[in-house]
Amino acid sequence: MSASPKLPRLRAPLVFGALLALLAGLLGRSLYLQWIDNEFLQEQGSSRYSRDLVIPAHRGRIVDRFGEPLAISTPVKAIWAWPDKAEVNPQQLQALAAALDMPRAALAKKLENGDEFVYLKKPVPPEAAAREAALGIKGVHDEDEYYRYYPGGEVMSHIVGFTGDRDVGQEGLELAQQTWLGGKPGSRRVIINRRGEVVEDVASIRAPQEGRDLALAIDTRLQYLAYRELKAAIEANRAKAGGLVILDVKTGEILALANWPTFNPNNRQRNARERMRNRALTDTFEPGSTLKPFTIAAALESGKVVPASLINTAPGTLTIGRATIHDAHREGALTVEQIIQKSSNVGAAKIALSLPAETMWQMLSDAGFGTPPKTGFPGEVSGRLRPAKSWRPIEQATMAYGHGISVNLVQLARAYSVFATDGELKPVSLLKIDGAIAGRPVIRPETARAVRHMLEMVVRPGGTAPKAQVPGYRVAGKTGTAHKLEGGSYANKYVASFVGFAPASNPRLVIAVMVDEPSGAQYYGGSVAAPVFSSVAGAALRMLGVPTDAPVDNVILPLDDVEVREET
Amino acid sequence: MVRLSLLLLAVSTVCALSLVTSRHQARKLFVDLEREQALTRAYEVEYGQLQLEQSTWAMPARVEKIAREQLRLQLPRSARIEIIGDAAR
Repeated sequence: MSASPKLPRLRAPLVFGALLALLAGLLGRSLYLQWIDNEFLQEQGSSRYSRDLVIPAHRGRIVDRFGEPLAISTPVKAIWAWPDKAEVNPQQLQALAAALDMPRAALAKKLENGDEFVYLKKPVPPEAAAREAALGIKGVHDEDEYYRYYPGGEVMSHIVGFTGDRDVGQEGLELAQQTWLGGKPGSRRVIINRRGEVVEDVASIRAPQEGRDLALAIDTRLQYLAYRELKAAIEANRAKAGGLVILDVKTGEILALANWPTFNPNNRQRNARERMRNRALTDTFEPGSTLKPFTIAAALESGKVVPASLINTAPGTLTIGRATIHDAHREGALTVEQIIQKSSNVGAAKIALSLPAETMWQMLSDAGFGTPPKTGFPGEVSGRLRPAKSWRPIEQATMAYGHGISVNLVQLARAYSVFATDGELKPVSLLKIDGAIAGRPVIRPETARAVRHMLEMVVRPGGTAPKAQVPGYRVAGKTGTAHKLEGGSYANKYVASFVGFAPASNPRLVIAVMVDEPSGAQYYGGSVAAPVFSSVAGAALRMLGVPTDAPVDNVILPLDDVEVREET
Repeated sequence: MVRLSLLLLAVSTVCALSLVTSRHQARKLFVDLEREQALTRAYEVEYGQLQLEQSTWAMPARVEKIAREQLRLQLPRSARIEIIGDAAR
């Protein structure tokens, strides 16, 4: 027996081999981690020193034509809590209520809301949020948000609109111009030190895109004036609704657009959808007599009549088929000018019937009726102008004085710019425009001047709207008193309107006023809408510094204060 | 030969140290830049808030209310407005 045991022959190579294999495994693993599967560790490493930061981008401002802000986004905080995780003792509740400036009971109620996530208050100004954070209450948090404020409030709300959650446009121009106004937040990767300070930029992943400012055509002063006068008229006449549009004749810009009823975009919980409608653009009405000048213009263009041609309107009625057209008061033979001045339905209908339907249709269509005004406003309507082929004679006759056709107020104001210029129709714009805009000729300059002269007669004694006169300025315009169509038949409800321009010698502004269902003592366009035109036109022209074109004592009201009436 | 090596060693040491300092400087300046940029943003926000405040105070509706109620001013009726025309010149 040998004392020294003999090692098995294969032991040494085996151990050596095993060690080698382990070493190879380690080497392989490290190579694998270094070169092939390195993402995870890289990520883990960089997460210890690099961060992705969001670069906020704010929404652009909306300003008026002079740069007065109408909508501004500003950062605020939203305070929220998980009620079941919040631990609030009575002292803390008291302090929190004071910090957030809200009643203690309301706050307590929100915190008893069970396990649902709840906003305690938003928006909260940053200072108040800092006071809240200083309390250090468990389970109550804040987050950054942008909130949009509207200094113009209810005066501007229909045009500007408002934003909804996350500062995204929801109504009005805020919605229409979302891509222009909206900012896109960017992000970047940075290296931070152990104190959390950013020490180096690694890469800009996405550059932020700031929202751009939007300049409107609106003039804040004129807008307020329009709003104030419209509101006063609607209250005085106990009307249901109304609208007022001021158009710049030279550029087609909408300088003011007021509606009633209205709403406050800063505080709109209680506001119904009804009040938010921009009626001047999204609602149509039958314009009534304000359409007569277009009938006359078509007739003058065709050469069928001249301003002095006599039309027999006796006995104040005209029967076509089974229908009869009435005048509000009987006249005998009237000139074409007097038909406009006294707003004779029979006269206008007779002139219309002497024209081919296509001629009239072409005139109305060229003036922009039946097509949307293309302001870019969401929900604007085109109104209704049926093709000439489908007109029956009675329809052609009623169309002459604005029944059987529907328009919106902006269309109507724009159409009158044909008479205010020398027969040109310009595009309308809610946004600011630099320089004059070329229009499209619709009627000959002589026709435009002739109709302008007739419209000036309307506001003189003997016309339907002496109350539209403005001291110091010559004005021109036309009244409308249309029966409202309800469920297919005409009811004893009216839409009183007045569309005109001033100064008549060199028109600068077209102003259209519409009052829906005046239920006071009077309902005629000449007594409800014309005074609004007068006060708005006078104040607006003075504000804009337009030189006077008439002596100051030019206003002549009829002595008995009874103006010529009209129906339609 | 040894001298040259020592010189090169000294040069590279100086280079290495200056790299470290300049890197540190760069980071410090970058932190300052960040702080200033944050201030810029804060001032922009404040400017927006001030604009908002100004336009809220200056809204015609508010101005008119104060003129009417506190200062007891009135809009003159058209009959009481005298317009000085070209004839007066």
